[in-house]
Amino acid sequence: MTANVIEVDSLEHSYGSVKAVDNISFTVKEGEIFSFLGPNGAGKSTVINILTTLRKIQKGEARVNGYDVARESKSVRKSIGIVFQMLCLDHEMTVCENLEYHGKIYSMPKKERKARIEELLKLTELENKRDTLAKDLSGGMKRRLELARGLMTKPAVLFLDEPTIGFDIQTRMRMWEYLREIKREGTTIFLTTHYMEEADQLSDRISIIDHGKIIVTGTANELKNKLGKDLIYLETGDNKTVAEILRAIGSVKTVTEDTKSLRVMIGEDVTHVLPQIIEKIRQAGIEITTINIKKPSMDDVFVHYTGHGLREGEPQEKYEGIEPMGVSE
Amino acid sequence: MNFEFRAIYWRDMLKFFRFKSMLISSLIQPVMWLAFFGLAMSESFDQLTSMIPPIEGVQNVDYLSYMGAGIIAMDVLFSSLFGGTSLMFDKKYSLLRETLASPTPRFHIILGVGLSGVTKAFIQTAMIIGFGKLIGMDFFLGYTLTETLIAIAGIFLLVGIFTLGFLFLSGSIAITIENPEGMQSILTLLSMPLFFVSNALYPVDAFPAVLRFLSMFNPLTLLANGIRYFALGDNFSVMGIHYMYTPADISISFLGLLFFALTMLATSLWRFNKVDV
Repeated sequence: MTANVIEVDSLEHSYGSVKAVDNISFTVKEGEIFSFLGPNGAGKSTVINILTTLRKIQKGEARVNGYDVARESKSVRKSIGIVFQMLCLDHEMTVCENLEYHGKIYSMPKKERKARIEELLKLTELENKRDTLAKDLSGGMKRRLELARGLMTKPAVLFLDEPTIGFDIQTRMRMWEYLREIKREGTTIFLTTHYMEEADQLSDRISIIDHGKIIVTGTANELKNKLGKDLIYLETGDNKTVAEILRAIGSVKTVTEDTKSLRVMIGEDVTHVLPQIIEKIRQAGIEITTINIKKPSMDDVFVHYTGHGLREGEPQEKYEGIEPMGVSE
Repeated sequence: MNFEFRAIYWRDMLKFFRFKSMLISSLIQPVMWLAFFGLAMSESFDQLTSMIPPIEGVQNVDYLSYMGAGIIAMDVLFSSLFGGTSLMFDKKYSLLRETLASPTPRFHIILGVGLSGVTKAFIQTAMIIGFGKLIGMDFFLGYTLTETLIAIAGIFLLVGIFTLGFLFLSGSIAITIENPEGMQSILTLLSMPLFFVSNALYPVDAFPAVLRFLSMFNPLTLLANGIRYFALGDNFSVMGIHYMYTPADISISFLGLLFFALTMLATSLWRFNKVDV
């Protein structure tokens, strides 16, 4: 049985009359990557700020690496590394100097500092940038330097607040590789993100957080399987009638109506249910214009649990979420 | 015992020597004060006061030497008063986050910034004394080598305490204020009375009583008095005014500056402990 590196019990936090964090409890196990997935303003950063002792705890309890964040903040600080949401490197210092400074403010002995800097430059592939001023690095490199800095003191847990925000997908995927490597070395990682793919690809476990509450927690597969095994996307001549017909079928778990389409969640293997569905719609004399089958994605999970899309009102970054059968995982 | 303040100091000095513009301007500034303001003022003052007979039996000091002490005080006042500005930018651009989130006590941040300010002030003081001697400032006239060294040590000690005090003040404002414009206007507002209600550049003997009274509490006056005591001796006259410093006077300078610095330290600790990241 692995120990819990983070334990949070009934955490609440308000800014004035606005409740940013509403009775949150969760645990993070040693060695796992744990994600908070939620839209901006869901309370993710507040939780991270409380756990990293940057914000005073108002109500509830939290322990990091066995230390109470309220009473043993100094011990907590010594146990953790942080990568902030905003870039905060000293641009007028070199890669090495930025790391050197970090080691110094954490009172690392010189020898240990030097050795650790070499290890981390290697890990983040910044070896030939060691004497480059931080301002001359690319965005991705800056982030990697911050990652290296967060790991300088060999923390028990690394906190990352939106680590890949604003990066293109290639940079983001490289960042994930580094994070997996860090996990392999035994560091527990707690991250917040509003990227579905990030939570999906990277995390051992995910908590979906919305309006300051944890809606659901589980592995990516658990969350998806809870929705159903397969998802059918339909466009027909009369969606309303079709929805009623489908709801009457036993293996159909849920039917969601959109403006022009239907999302049908199936509880069992779709290959056996699909002919029956098509047959019933045909019998009602309704035309099917589009039919598509896929496994539920994190997007579907999110919409299912929160009742809204993650980036509502913003232009969709991904296509509607429909993949041809067989291509999806 | 922790030494994290050395990290703050290290970073500050590293950047001081890296930014050539910052380094060069801080070296040139004291020389400019002396070269332009100093020479121009001393010429006119000496001309105006040439009719006043020197006081019998007392060493007469020219205005340049009198003012040299004040220039040191002015110069370190300005650089330390504006020295906290970098903290405000560090805060604004989230650079301070890393340090504030570390186990480093806030006191060490203040101390590190303070000590780097003292180092810069020492460099400037040395520049003024060196350049001043070159253009005929009568510092340490007739002193033996030992006396000169003691005098220099005394000056540096006073300058150090003074600089810490103003850096703590400046740091407190920087950490409280959100925008550069606000910081700028507060500092300008502060520097006005400090600058004029002091005996740094001219004697206060002819001041209205209220201003003269106020000038006694001005750290700038305390520092200028202290430097004059060490650099010009305890008995001299300038422009017909007889200056005599007793051990009590010099103790007041030391204790006054120490009190000022400690008060500002307390203020800055109070402000820094309130900072949210």
